[in-house]
Amino acid sequence: MLRRLGIRTLVLLASVLVASVIDFLVMAVVPGSPAQVTLGIGATPDAVAALEREVGLDRALPVQYLNWIGGVVRGDFGVSYSSRQPISADLLDRFSVTLWLVLGGMVLSLLIAIPMGVIAAVRHRKLSGILISGVSQVGVAIPAFLAGLLLVSFFALRWNWFPPNGYVVPADDPVQFFRHLTLPWIALGVVQGAVLTRYVRSAVLDEMGQDYLRTARSKGLRPLEALMRHGLRNAAVPVLTVLGVQLVTLMVGAVVIERVFAIPGIGSMLTDAVANRDLITVQGIVFVLVVFALLVSFLVDVLYLAIDPRLRTR
Amino acid sequence: MRVRPVHSVLALLSGALVVLAGCTAGSSTQPTSSAGGSATGSTGGGSASGSGGASSGAALSVGFVLAPKTLDMSVDDGAAIPQALLYNVYEGLVRLDDGGKIVPLLAEKYEVSSDNKSYTFTLRKDVKFSDGAAFTAADAVFSIERVQKDWKPAVKAGMDVVSKAEAVDDSTLKVTLSKPSQSWLYAMATRIGAMYSKTGVGDLAAKPIGTGPFTVKSYQTNVQLVLERNPNYWGAAPALATVNLKYYADANALNNALLGKQIDVISTVQAPETLSQFADTSKYQTIEGTTTGEVLLSFNNSKAPLDDKNVRQAITYAIDRKAIMDTVWAGKGQLIGTHSVPTDPWYEDLYSKYPYDPAKAKELLGGKTYTLRLRVPNVPYATATAPIIVSQLKQVGITVTVDTLDFPSWLEQVFKNVDYDMSIVAHVEPRDIANIWGNPKYYTRYDNPEVQKLFTDGDAGTAEEFDADYKKAAEILADDAAGDWLWVLPNLIVADTDVKGILQNQVSESFDFTKISAG
Repeated sequence: MLRRLGIRTLVLLASVLVASVIDFLVMAVVPGSPAQVTLGIGATPDAVAALEREVGLDRALPVQYLNWIGGVVRGDFGVSYSSRQPISADLLDRFSVTLWLVLGGMVLSLLIAIPMGVIAAVRHRKLSGILISGVSQVGVAIPAFLAGLLLVSFFALRWNWFPPNGYVVPADDPVQFFRHLTLPWIALGVVQGAVLTRYVRSAVLDEMGQDYLRTARSKGLRPLEALMRHGLRNAAVPVLTVLGVQLVTLMVGAVVIERVFAIPGIGSMLTDAVANRDLITVQGIVFVLVVFALLVSFLVDVLYLAIDPRLRTR
Repeated sequence: MRVRPVHSVLALLSGALVVLAGCTAGSSTQPTSSAGGSATGSTGGGSASGSGGASSGAALSVGFVLAPKTLDMSVDDGAAIPQALLYNVYEGLVRLDDGGKIVPLLAEKYEVSSDNKSYTFTLRKDVKFSDGAAFTAADAVFSIERVQKDWKPAVKAGMDVVSKAEAVDDSTLKVTLSKPSQSWLYAMATRIGAMYSKTGVGDLAAKPIGTGPFTVKSYQTNVQLVLERNPNYWGAAPALATVNLKYYADANALNNALLGKQIDVISTVQAPETLSQFADTSKYQTIEGTTTGEVLLSFNNSKAPLDDKNVRQAITYAIDRKAIMDTVWAGKGQLIGTHSVPTDPWYEDLYSKYPYDPAKAKELLGGKTYTLRLRVPNVPYATATAPIIVSQLKQVGITVTVDTLDFPSWLEQVFKNVDYDMSIVAHVEPRDIANIWGNPKYYTRYDNPEVQKLFTDGDAGTAEEFDADYKKAAEILADDAAGDWLWVLPNLIVADTDVKGILQNQVSESFDFTKISAG
C-alpha cells in the first residue's frame, strides 16, 4: 500500500515537471509579441525591442525557463507583462473564486445525481426510471451558458430574486456571496447533475447485475436495501473517475459561466491574459490548472484504494 | 490530461478577443461635450462647473468594456487608461473643453511668442499632488522631459517637437519648440500632457499620483477600479464621493448589470441592437453622440491591384456604406467620406462624393476581376461588416476571402508586416489623420508628398492655416479613395435617469466624472 502510494507520488512529481516544460515551450511558440500588444498601434520596432529586453524576453529559452520555474517553486509566478504587478496574489484570488464556483456546482450536481441515478437504475423498467433517464438526456444537451442566460433572464431580470452578475468575497459578506453564486451554481449543477445521473445510473445498473448482489438478495434483502449496503460502494468507483475528470474540466470550462455572470475567476483571467498576450500570466495559470488536474487524478487514485480494498493488492 | 488546459487556451482565444474589442477598436467611450445642461464650466476645468454638491456622499458605478491593463500610461498604449484617469486623477496644463477647444487647467494662462515657437505658462499656485507635494514648474519640466525620455508608447511622439522646457520660477514654465506646432498644444491636453510629481512616480502601475479631483483607491485588474474624491483638491470638489468603474468582458453581462442595478451607467453600448431593453424612459436615459472613431476599410495602397486609383474608386462605389451601418450597428453613427469627424474643426461632409453605384464600379474595373484578401481583427464591428463587403464586392466581380485574426495576430501580421490587401479597423484616436495618412510607412502605405506637405505646413501655421490645410488634405484623401471610411462609431450611453452631467460627444480621451452627479 505504502509502496503504491510512493510510486504514485513519484509519477505525480515527474508529470508536474514534464508539464512545466511543455507549458513553457508552448508559450514560447505562440505568435504575437507581448511588447507589441502593450505598446499598440504605432509602436516603433525599437520601443518593442526595448520593452522585450525589460521583461526578459530576449534571453535564451533555458534561462527564461529556469527563472520562471525557480520562481514558481518559491510561489512567485513573476510579474505580469501587462499589469506590471506580481501575478501570484491575483492568481490565488482568482483560483479560489473559480474553486468556490465549481465546488458549489459539483455539490449540487451530486445532490441531484445520486438519488436520481439510483432511482433510475433500480426502476429502470418502470415509468419513473425511464422518465428520469429521458430528462437527464435533455439536461445533458443543454449547454451551461444557455441555462445561465435563462436563469438570469427570469430569476434576476424579471423577478429580481438574485443579482444578474458579479461576485462578493465570502469573508466580506457571506449572504451576498451566496446570493451572487446561487444562479451560477444552479446553471452548473443542473447541467452537470444531468450528466452525472447517467453515469450513476449505469454504474448502479452494472452492480445490480453482479453475483454478490444476487447473493445478498437471496438472503432476503430487498433490491434497494442490497444496493445501499453493498452495491453503492462499488458503484462509486467509476463515478469517482467521472467526478475527477469533471472537476478538472469544469475548472477550465467555467470561463463560459464566468463570462455570463461576470465572475472574476481564473477562466476569465486566462482569457484576458491570452487576449493581452500576457504570456507569463497564461503560463502561470495553465501551470496551476495542470497541477490541479494532476493532483485531482492522484487523489482519485488514492480514493480508489480507500474504497476498494481489492485494488490495494492488485 | 496535461495537454488539456493548453488546448483550452487556444479554444478560448476567440472568446477572449471580444475583450480586445477596444485597443484601437470599440473603446469608443470617452465622451465630452455638453449634453446634460450643467456641463458648461469649460474655462479652467478646475472651476468644474457648478455641480456643487461637494458634501454629498454620492457613489456612481459605471460599466466599461475595455479594462486598463495597467494604470501606468507611460508603458502601455491602451485607451482605457486615460479614459479612466485623465482629467479625473491626472490633470494637464490645459484640457479640452466640451466642445473640443483647448482651455487652461493647471496653467492659469499661457502666452505664445510671435514666432509661435515658445510658450510661457503661468501655473496655479495652490495645487498639490495627492501625495501632498506642491505642484511647481519643476514638476512640469520633469513631466515633459519624462515623456521624451522614458515613455514607451508611440503617443510620446507628440512631445518630439519640444526642444527645451525650463522653470523660470516656481510658477512660470517656458517651453521652446524646435518649430511652430499647432498639434503640440493639442497634445498637451491629451495623456502625454498629464502632470506628474517628481517624487511620485515610483509605483504608477499601482498608485497613480496626480493633481486631479479624484484619487485611485484600488484597482483589481479587469474587474474594477475605484476612484474616490480627493479631499485636498485645489478646485471645486466633484459631486461624486466615489466612482466605481466596473469592467465587463461580455456585452450581455454589461447590459444585465444595468438592468439588475449593479451599475448606474453603461459607458458604451457594445451592441446597439440591444438598446430596446432600455426604452423605458422613466427608468433609463439614452445619450447618443459622436466619437472620434472612424471605422475604416483600409487598402494596402502599395500593392497591386490596390495601388491603382481606379480599383480603389471602384471598390468605394461598390460598397453601400449606409446599408452596412444600418445592418451591423443598427443605423447608429455617422456616415463620412474621409478621415475626419464632425467634431474636427476642419470637418467637411464628403460622404456623397462616392454614392453607392455598382454600375460605375464595374465600368471603372473595365471588365477585370480580382481576388482580394480582407484580414480583420476579431472585433464586433469588423467581423459583422466583412461578410457584407464580400457580397457587395462580388456583384462587381471582386472575390474577397476573409481572414479573421485575434487582435495580437492582427497587430503582428497586418499592422506590422503589412501582409494584407484590405482590413477593417476603427481608428479612435482624436485628430489622427496626419499620423495615419502623412506617414508612408503606416500600414495603409499611402505615400502622397502633397498630402504630407499639407500636414507639415498646417502644423507650423496659424490655427486658421492648420484647419485649411487639413481640410485640403482630407479632400485629397477622399478623391484618391485612399481608404473607404465606412462610418463613425456613435457614442452610445445608457444611464439611470437620476444621473446628470454625462457628456454627449467624445472629443477627448477622458471619461470625465468631474461634472457628473447622481441621485
